[in-house]
This record gives sequence, structure tokens and C-alpha cells, in this order.
Amino acid sequence: MDAVMPESGIVRRVSGPLVEVEGRAAMSELVLLGTAAVPGEVVAIRGDLLTVQAYEYTGGLTPGDTAVPQARPLCAELRPGLLGGVFDGLLRPLDGAGIWLGGTAAKRSAARWRFEAAAKTGDAVGAGGLLGTVAVPGPVVHRVLVPVSAVPPGASSELEWIAASGDYAADEVIARVGGAEVSLTELWPIRKQRPVTRRVEAAAMLHTGQRALDLLFPIAKGGTAAVPGGFGTGKTVLLQQIAKWCDADVIVYIGCGERGNEMADVVEDFARLEDPRTGGRLAERTVIIANTSNMPMMARESSVYAGVCVAEYYRDMGYEVVVIADSTSRWAEALREFASRSGALPAEEGFPANLASALAGFYERAGAVEVLGGGRGSVTVVGAVSPPGGDLAEPVTVHTERFVRTRWTLDRDLAYARHYPAVSWADSFSRDQAVLAGDESRRTRVAHALAEADRLADLVDLVGINALPPDERMSVLAGRIVREGLLQQNSMSPADGYSPEAKTAALADAMLAAADSCREAARAAGPAAVEAVDFGPLLRARDEAGPDDLEIVARRRDQVLAELGALIGGGAAS
Amino acid sequence: MMGAPRVEYTSVREVRGPLIVVGGVAGVGFDEYVRIDTADGGRRYGVVVEADRDLAVVQVIEGTEALSAAGARVRFAGKPLRVPIGEGWLGRVCDGRGTPADGGPPILGTATAPVGGRPINPILREPPAEPVITGVRAIDALTTLVRGQKLPIFSMPGLPHLELAAQIAAQATAGGEPFCVVFAGMDLTHVDAAYVRDALEERAAAGELTLLINTADAPVLERILTPRIALTVAESLAFDHGRHVLVVLADMTSYAEALREVSAARGEIPARRAYPGYLYSDLASLYERCGRIRGRPGSVTVVPVLTMPGGDITHPVPDLTGYITEGQIVLSAQTAAHGTYPPIDALSSLSRLMHKGAGPGRTDPRHLPLAAQLLAALARARQVRDLADLIGEAALGDADRHYLVFEQRFRDTLLNQGRTERCTLAETMDRALRVALTLPRGELTMLSDDVLAAALSEAEP
Repeated sequence: MDAVMPESGIVRRVSGPLVEVEGRAAMSELVLLGTAAVPGEVVAIRGDLLTVQAYEYTGGLTPGDTAVPQARPLCAELRPGLLGGVFDGLLRPLDGAGIWLGGTAAKRSAARWRFEAAAKTGDAVGAGGLLGTVAVPGPVVHRVLVPVSAVPPGASSELEWIAASGDYAADEVIARVGGAEVSLTELWPIRKQRPVTRRVEAAAMLHTGQRALDLLFPIAKGGTAAVPGGFGTGKTVLLQQIAKWCDADVIVYIGCGERGNEMADVVEDFARLEDPRTGGRLAERTVIIANTSNMPMMARESSVYAGVCVAEYYRDMGYEVVVIADSTSRWAEALREFASRSGALPAEEGFPANLASALAGFYERAGAVEVLGGGRGSVTVVGAVSPPGGDLAEPVTVHTERFVRTRWTLDRDLAYARHYPAVSWADSFSRDQAVLAGDESRRTRVAHALAEADRLADLVDLVGINALPPDERMSVLAGRIVREGLLQQNSMSPADGYSPEAKTAALADAMLAAADSCREAARAAGPAAVEAVDFGPLLRARDEAGPDDLEIVARRRDQVLAELGALIGGGAAS
Repeated sequence: MMGAPRVEYTSVREVRGPLIVVGGVAGVGFDEYVRIDTADGGRRYGVVVEADRDLAVVQVIEGTEALSAAGARVRFAGKPLRVPIGEGWLGRVCDGRGTPADGGPPILGTATAPVGGRPINPILREPPAEPVITGVRAIDALTTLVRGQKLPIFSMPGLPHLELAAQIAAQATAGGEPFCVVFAGMDLTHVDAAYVRDALEERAAAGELTLLINTADAPVLERILTPRIALTVAESLAFDHGRHVLVVLADMTSYAEALREVSAARGEIPARRAYPGYLYSDLASLYERCGRIRGRPGSVTVVPVLTMPGGDITHPVPDLTGYITEGQIVLSAQTAAHGTYPPIDALSSLSRLMHKGAGPGRTDPRHLPLAAQLLAALARARQVRDLADLIGEAALGDADRHYLVFEQRFRDTLLNQGRTERCTLAETMDRALRVALTLPRGELTMLSDDVLAAALSEAEP
């Protein structure tokens, strides 16, 4: 940090977030522009002319102003206190930043942290080795590890000194390893992957608590998912549900170019809701990065990297981390706007030609790994895609699909029919299905029932349901039972917002049993009699049974099976 | 509205579209406000859109028509455009740039604020929770407007969106708390401008209105400023003076066209339909200025009006608007063809914040289930209508026929309303319930027995 004060450059041209500076700096170096010290990043160098992408409003910045290179790339400040906090796109705390943003930066936190040493002076430690822990609120234990800046991966070095357990400020030195000083804060370039020992196969399933996802299109811990959907299809609600209920240790929620009122809701909800697994507040396992759509556009570009960088930081402590980015399309648009201003040749729809590699670089930071310190950890990335005009052939959607292992497509027709979550069973996929499959036959049967009903739906619209043969009429009925009784899930409902594995399985089995029984009953008593049976109680079971209340599901199933059984026993065909 | 004038430049090097390039300047920053005095004694204003060494590229608000490079004197303000703020704006009528058009004195404020605004810190936003009662039945009942929400009206050329916007602006109230309206008209014909002025006369007389009108023959680029000034005024009335402010922005499609014109003149790489790639960010910088702030009274509610060219909801302007706003009110030509006003397509319309702003303690305890029931029934009625078109009404079952009667009743008693008719919330709820009761009780699965029993006993003589 005590590097020689770098030579400052001079601003030559300002056009929105694009600033040209005469001076010397490295590619990707952080530069502070003008008297307001607007942060920017070098994105191109031509001779002495640097092209800088500014992360804040550049109004008032004038040719002739100074520009000071910082001799380091754009970094995230990784430290205790991230959990439960809300940050901007450069990972600066929003708490204490005032009502109107864009003025003075927030004051540095004066908080002191309780550090418990776990290693002692003279120990041999490697990169990622445990130095100690910091007491933070909530169930996540904050581990202080040997940074790779002190000891390179794979090597080992002597712990020259470690501070006694006690209260320390985030930037106070608490250890000296390999000649380097270590504090509770680590600066890490946001665009650079944090090193790991090796990648391992992602073989454990991330339980999202959403039946349509867990049952039909599961995602692995360490996997990637894209959620494309036009406006009004319930993207944000689905992502918030995953953030609230999935069984990860840490959630990083990136609101990238989204609505301010929605971010306010997220912040409030997370502070209020209880984590069903630990009994703590959800906020205690969550880091929120909020870059609303009217906050500086280029900080939208950095927000996704800052988020994934935080996720890797917790992964290195040995946690299962989920990154939720809503929406990656806004990030891509920031890339496009900047490319346009810097005069880059446009590729598809004005997006820069490196769009695909930028997306790949982001999604590839997901994975299940063996961390440097020895244990396992993972980063799962879930990214929303907002295709303009709901057109799923647009560049961001198309390129994203190439890099993700799971796609949950939200369907406008389902959303209009108030079928939530509007996850389309025809247009979604999970490439981790085979590895994660619990009971493959259950999934296959549900998928089959849906596909059959879809196939017949067009026919029914043309000729009416009465013109179909009895067996096909029962297929249409089965589709409805599966859709309404199993796949629909009310995010507002305290009982049904979250569905554990056992409830999902019980509901699936109950619906499939009912559908089978319908077929049999139709053969005995004719389809009209079966269609007249009141399936309401069975279909409402999902909403009336609490997450662990399988009794009700069984009772409702038996009740409907008994009614259908009576038809089968009655025998007389109508 | 200029600060102390500084150095004056006469070196206009280039004039191109709405832009001029001034050479030999020093100390001119990005986004500064500019005053240009022309040789013929005229005065124009502009904004620095690019500062490149000793060149300043200025976007001229009045356009460059008949602007001669020779003799033009350019002054830079040293800061972005600021407008006075405060209650001095109430009761005033101005042009699209905030200059009084009512013959009154210039608007004075206790302070000024930059028109670009600054983002509200998301953690200090208060989630919206109370309704704005518009007096328009279909909106209050089915797509309740919530204080701090942004809810656009999607329309098509020829439909009465301006009438509806004016009606909302004239009638809206916030439960007796201080309320006012800032109406920003963009690209309005003189006939439309006169209509708006008449419709809002009472509100203006009560000192609850600020009217900014950019007429269709006014400079195109003025439209880029009009909504910004409106929102700057609204923010001050809401967060400094504790009022609930409704901002109507009509028509945002014209605004986006002005933006496209500037973008093209600057030679920017176009995105969809030649709109600039930053259209989303730009629209967001307007719409996102709505909201509430923790610990302060007052709110800014934004109702943008936009016409979808060719009725195409996937056109960039409605599409991007839909991604930013919290729902939409859609007008349909089909409904208008029945002679129904307002021609709201209830099924395509949605207020995402309705569940927060309506219901027990806010509007009516029966409101949310009732609205859900009406929408579900309308969806079913539409299916029945399609089926009836195919096979004939006579072939429908009894239950289905009830839905056709329901649809008719819905349109006649709930949707249809006079252009100056203000309906109380109580009457709206009452009518909504009566429309629902057109259906047999067995079909009303979303209404609890209590609601139905109470309603039925009232209905009996």
C-alpha cells in the first residue's frame, strides 16, 4: 500500500461515463477522476491516451482536471460485516450514505470486531489456512484465512506473529505471515477469480423449496441457472423465493438495475423473516448489493463481479454460497452502452462482440471446489434474463443458455393465467438432472402427465373436451391436477411459500395416485362422472398443509381415492 | 435560470442537427448548462453533452434551425441546469422548460435543485403501502394505484388516454392528506393542451396543480427537460413540503422520440428500432424518482402515459417501461369500440403493489378477494366468449351463459364511467360486489361465506 505516489494524468475528454485521460496506467487500473475523485477503470490504452470507464456521474468533470491512477485494479473490500449489509455496485456500504446518493461517500465504519486466534506464532501455515475467527451475528462463522497475497497457493510459510484474541478494527493488522501483514480486510480485484485447489464434481442438489424447480429441473450446489422471462412473469418473486428458502449457507443478492421499491422490499423482508433452518434472521446469511436502475449505470456492470467476488470469499471459508443476479440483461446493457460510447464495432443488436465471453466469465465463476484451506465449498449462480419484448432469441438469452446448466424459463401465458411460479415445463431444462435425480420415476411421470395434457390442450380448444375419448379426457384432467395441486405454489402463503423435499414428494405422489385412479374410474363409470368429482380439497392440500404437515396431504389423497374407488366399485358405465 | 455568466465564446465551429460544437473553450465540464445569444438577438439554451479537450459539444434545446455560427455568443454556466423548487410552483402553468405561460411572474423558490435529480438510497426507501384513490372505478377496484408507485397507462393512438390521465389528475386524493398534481404534457397539440387545462381548472384554482406543457410545435428537445423539471418540482413538494404528489407524464413515446433524435445526431450506435442503447437507463432515471422516504411524510407517485406505436406492446418504449414500472394499465381498442369509457383492458392490466395498498385498513377488507374473483371471472368470460363465437351462444351450458351476462354487467356498471364522474371508494366496492353477484354463488369460489352472506342480506329488500 505504501507504493510511490503515482504520477497523475490529465482528463482530456468526457462523454457520459467515457473519459479519456492523458497519462500512464495499466489496463484495468483504478483511476480517480477530478476533484470529486470519481472512480473509474482503464479499459483501453492507446499511446499516452487512456480510455477510462467511470463508475459515477461525471457531470462537471472538465478537460484539464487531474486523474490519479491508484496502482491497483478495481477491488472489493472483503471483511467481516458484509453479512446483513446492503452495498452499492462497488461494494461500498449504503448504510450511512445519506438519502440522496451521489454526494459524499459514506464514512468508514469504526466498528471493532472480536477476533479469536486459532493459530499460534511459529505455526506453519499455507494459503487459505485458518488464522482465527471473528464473532459476527448469526449462524455463519466468519473465518480469517491466510490470503494468497501473503503465501502463494500450495506453499507454506511460518506465522511470524499473530495478535492475541481481542477487539480489532477491520483494517488493523492481526498477523504477519511470510513477511506480509494480514488484517481483517482483504482487497481483491473483483474481476479476478479467487484461487482454489481444484474443482470437484457438483453432485449435491440445492434445495430451493420451489416444487417446480426441485422436482422437474433441479440445480446442483455449484451449478448455474438462467431465468429468462418477460416483464410480469414473476421473475423477481421467484428469485426472492429462492434467496429466502434455498438450503445454502450464504446468499449474495445482486439487484442489478432493478426497481428501488423492490429493493426496499427485499431489505425489509430479509430483516424480518426467520431462517427456518437456523432460527436466525435471513438477513444474517445474506449480502445485498443494490444498484437500482437509476443508480450509476456503469456500477451496474461492476455489481455482478463484486457480488460473485463476495461469494468466492465466503466459499473459501468453506460455505455453500448462492449468487442471485437480477437482472443480467441490465448488466449486458451497461456493456452495450459503454461499447457504443467508446466506438467499439457492434455485433448483434449493438451488443459488443465480447458479450459471450463476458457472460461466460461470469457464469464460470460458479462451481463446487476444494478450497485452498482443504475443505469443500461452492458458488451457485442464478441469473435472471429480461429479454426485450419477451423475445427468447435475443443475444443475452441465447448466449447465456450456452453457459448455464439449468434454465428455468418463465412463461407469459402461465403468468397471465395466474399460474405461479410460471416455470414452463416445455421450455426449461436441467443438465444436472441425471446426477441429482432422487426418484427418477416420479419426475418422469409428472413430466409425462404435463406433456400429454399440453398435447391435448390444442385439440380441446378446437373440438371441445366432450369429443375426446375417455382415456384422453383423463389425461387432460391429470394435467390439471398436477398443475394446480403440485406445481402451483403461492409465494405469499406462509404454509406453501417453501416446500421441503418430503412435502414435494408427498404431493407429487398424491397427485399421480389420483390421476391413475381417475383413469381406472373413467373406465368403470365413464369420464363425466370422474370429472364431476370435487378435486378441490386435494388441490388445496398444498396450501393448507404446512411445510412439515404431511398428514393433511395423505388425508386429502385418501379422501379423493375413496370417492374414485366408489365409482370403480359402482361399475355401471354411464 | 442561469448562474453568473462567465467567459463568452464566439467560436461555434460546427452546427449539426441539434448540436453545436464550440471551440477554444477552457474549463467547461460535462453536463453544464449553456446560454447561446444569436446574432439576431435571439436566445437559446443548451447542455454540454461532450467535453473534448478545447471543444464542447452542446445540445441546443430549441434546435439549431436558422442558427448562424457567425455572431453566436455562447456562455457556460459552470453547473448543470437547476430550477427553483418549492411551493411557488403550485397553481402555475408553464411551458415545457418551466417558463411561466400564464402571464404570471417568474417562479421563485427558496432554493434550486439540479433537474437530473439524484437516486434515493434504496435502504432509506419506505415500501409503498397506502392507496391513491383516483375516483375511476376500474382503477380503484382492480389496479389500485399506490402512493410511491409508478404505474403507466399503455394506450394506442386514437384512444382517450389523455382524457383518462386528466381525469385521474383532476380527481385523485390521498385520504385527506395534503395532495397535489404535477402534470407534464409532452408533444401535446394545442387542442389537447387546452383540454388538459380545462379539465384541471378546479385543481389549479385550489392551488394543487403545476402544469408544464410542451406543445407539439415547441422545440423537440425541450421534451427532454419537461419530465425532469416536473419530477424535480415534485420531489421538493413531496419530501420537503410533505405532500403526496401525483406526477403525470404524457406522452412518454414522444419523449423517447426526442431522445432518439439527439442520439442519431450524435452518431451513437443505435439499438432496437434505432432508439439509443441507454433508453432503459434514461427512462429509469425518470420513473425511479417516485417513492417514499423513511421518516418523511409525502410521496411521489408517477403515472406515465404512452402510446404504443401500432398497438405493439413489445415496442421498445412500452417494453422497457414495463420492466421498470410496477404494473401497467392497458387501454384496448376493442373495449373502446363498445363505446365504453375508460376502455381499460382489465385482464392485461396489473398493479404490482396493489396487495400492499389495498385491503383491510387501507381500502376495504373485501377488496383483494373481490378483485381476484372479478378477474378470474373475466378470464373465464373471455374463454366462453371465444367458444360462443365458434359454436354459437345457444350451444353454451347454463354456467357459461352466466359468464356472458357477467361480462356485460361488468362493462356496464363497473367499467363504464363518465369523463368527469368521480366515484367514491365505497360505491366502487359496492358496484364491484354487485357485479360479482351476477354469477351463481357456486362460481364465487374466492369469496368467503361471510362476504357473500353480508352482501346477500343487503341485497334483499
